Amino acid sequence: MAGLELLSDQGYRVDGRRAGELRKIQARMGVFAQADGSAYIEQGNTKALAVVYGPHEIRGSRSRALPDRALVNCQYSSATFSTGERKRRPHGDRKSCEMGLQLRQTFEAAILTQLHPRSQIDIYVQVLQADGGTYAACVNAATLAVLDAGIPMRDFVCACSAGFVDGTALADLSHVEEAAGGPQLALALLPASGQIALLEMDARLHEDHLEWVLEAAAQAARDVHTLLDRVVRQHVHEASILLGD
Amino acid sequence: MKETPLSNCERRFLLRAIEEKKRLDGRQTYDYRNIKISFGTDYGCCIVELGKTRVLGQVSCELVAPKLNRATEGILFFNLELSQMAAPSFEPGRQSDLLVKLNRLLERCLRNSKCIDTESLCVVAGEKVWQIRVDLHLLNHDGNIIDAASIAAIVALCHFRRPDVSVQGEEVTLYTPEERDPVALSIHHMPICVSFAFFQQGTYLLVDPNEREERVMDGLLVIAMNKHREICTIQSSGGIMLLKDQVLRCSKIAGVKVAEITELIQKALENDQKVRKEGGKFGFAESIANQRITTFKMEKAPIDTSDVEEKAEEIIAEAEPPSEVVSKPVLWTSGTAQIGEGVENSWGDLEDSEKDEDEGGSDEAVILDKMKMDTGVEVSDIGSQDAPIVLSDSEEEEMIILEPDKNPKKISTQTSAKQEKAPIKKPVKRRKKKRTAN
Repeated sequence: MAGLELLSDQGYRVDGRRAGELRKIQARMGVFAQADGSAYIEQGNTKALAVVYGPHEIRGSRSRALPDRALVNCQYSSATFSTGERKRRPHGDRKSCEMGLQLRQTFEAAILTQLHPRSQIDIYVQVLQADGGTYAACVNAATLAVLDAGIPMRDFVCACSAGFVDGTALADLSHVEEAAGGPQLALALLPASGQIALLEMDARLHEDHLEWVLEAAAQAARDVHTLLDRVVRQHVHEASILLGD
Repeated sequence: MKETPLSNCERRFLLRAIEEKKRLDGRQTYDYRNIKISFGTDYGCCIVELGKTRVLGQVSCELVAPKLNRATEGILFFNLELSQMAAPSFEPGRQSDLLVKLNRLLERCLRNSKCIDTESLCVVAGEKVWQIRVDLHLLNHDGNIIDAASIAAIVALCHFRRPDVSVQGEEVTLYTPEERDPVALSIHHMPICVSFAFFQQGTYLLVDPNEREERVMDGLLVIAMNKHREICTIQSSGGIMLLKDQVLRCSKIAGVKVAEITELIQKALENDQKVRKEGGKFGFAESIANQRITTFKMEKAPIDTSDVEEKAEEIIAEAEPPSEVVSKPVLWTSGTAQIGEGVENSWGDLEDSEKDEDEGGSDEAVILDKMKMDTGVEVSDIGSQDAPIVLSDSEEEEMIILEPDKNPKKISTQTSAKQEKAPIKKPVKRRKKKRTAN
């Protein structure tokens, strides 16, 4: 859309946020009784659902079993009604495969797979509404689901997207900002150590600006961590009340 | 065919070498392998060699109806195929993960960075646009496919000429190459991927890993830049944990490398342009003649051999002298002698004969060709020995070992040791197992 001002003179974005402000995040853990772990997250209008099964025995070919650690299997699917125009292939296309591979890479680094040799952990992520920052929402939802399943992890994995417009780094892009064609960066971070589990960037960004965008994304991921931490503690508190402790 | 696994010694060797900042082919940590670019006869066809990794790129175009939501833009389509000749482990249907990763990376690098002006590909808005298709085939896999593929793609696109089109009112005229010279695509910038391989949890990093280094690496970071130092794509893969300053450092290195490679590409394109204009011979056939694309040539690498002699002397001086092995032949009878103890024989496994369970488990090894077989000679001095006598139904003849200084003993191939020899010999585990299986 030509002429759409992504950042106004007063520093407000299209939806009224400031440059470094995140959208409203709401999350719930334990939404499904059947799965070992599940979580639902809403980041602004982006809604993602994650379900974890495992660790269980390897399904399918036993030859894929790793003798010293667990296999992490991730599948990403976005509903046909999730985008503005109806998607015809919800899964199996290249983008979904790539997302699945990236999620797998992220969680293989974070989950302590050495504790479960020869087994498999399945993470299924479904995007119900995509309004920008889908990768970040998927990672955050999957983190909560893995925690809900009780699988030990090194640290939270918090992700956020960032962009760069008019010399300012924006955190947590919405669909409008993504579609404008500017540079977008998706970052998955382990907050305690500051290590980057996954870094992905698209579109042209001058090398000198890379540092600002990385910093904005890292700060946003740390803010997401604060929120997710609060959600987990709240959930545990509720669960312990129900158990009668 | 499944990929041959890398042996542990090779893995350790490679990692140790990397720790000492040495690479197998003698490169420095930030050095690229030699890049060779050759063009085919048609416009838009090229072969790029990065060391031994070879990628063939071909661009073709077609007039099609545009996408509904992008009525004024042309269509770009990229496809990388891993040919079965590239590596024994590439089989149709077995490579999906790698293929998806490479294809998506190429797409993001070339399409999302808008290196080609798609609006210029529009002929009639909403009805006819050019669809440019870039097909890349990996011909040989020696590591770092993505770099070679991105160079091949951008070179092929720069080299390509599409047929000229003119629109007059409602009429669209497509000119053949004979009528009007074909037109080059409008390319804004040339994004080139640079791969960084990380080892030992991110402590060591190498640029342009070859196939062996890729097998032992922890993860890969790919940064695509153009010569104006704009980053087009960053992708980290393989589960490595990066730190922010590592990424920034890599981007600086990538900037330098991309500038060099872009220069090389420009030169190659200019050369080819010159040759075609002057009417010289061009194309792959030309390259075959001077063996540029049909052979792998290893350039002579300069090695410093000035201190080899000293080093060799040092090593020899420090090494222990080999242990003295004196062969003592034992004379059994005239005409037979024994040197050494020989190996375990496996006659017993084949014949499945009864064996004495009380035996120490050590079976005598016999070098049959060195022992003389005396048939039908009974030896009566068995009582002087502690070795148990085993009655076996072996077809092996009884053997007599006559020691010049001892009493002759009876030995059959099935029995276990003479007690003297038992402590020297180690019990053979596999025979024990066989017995328990019985």
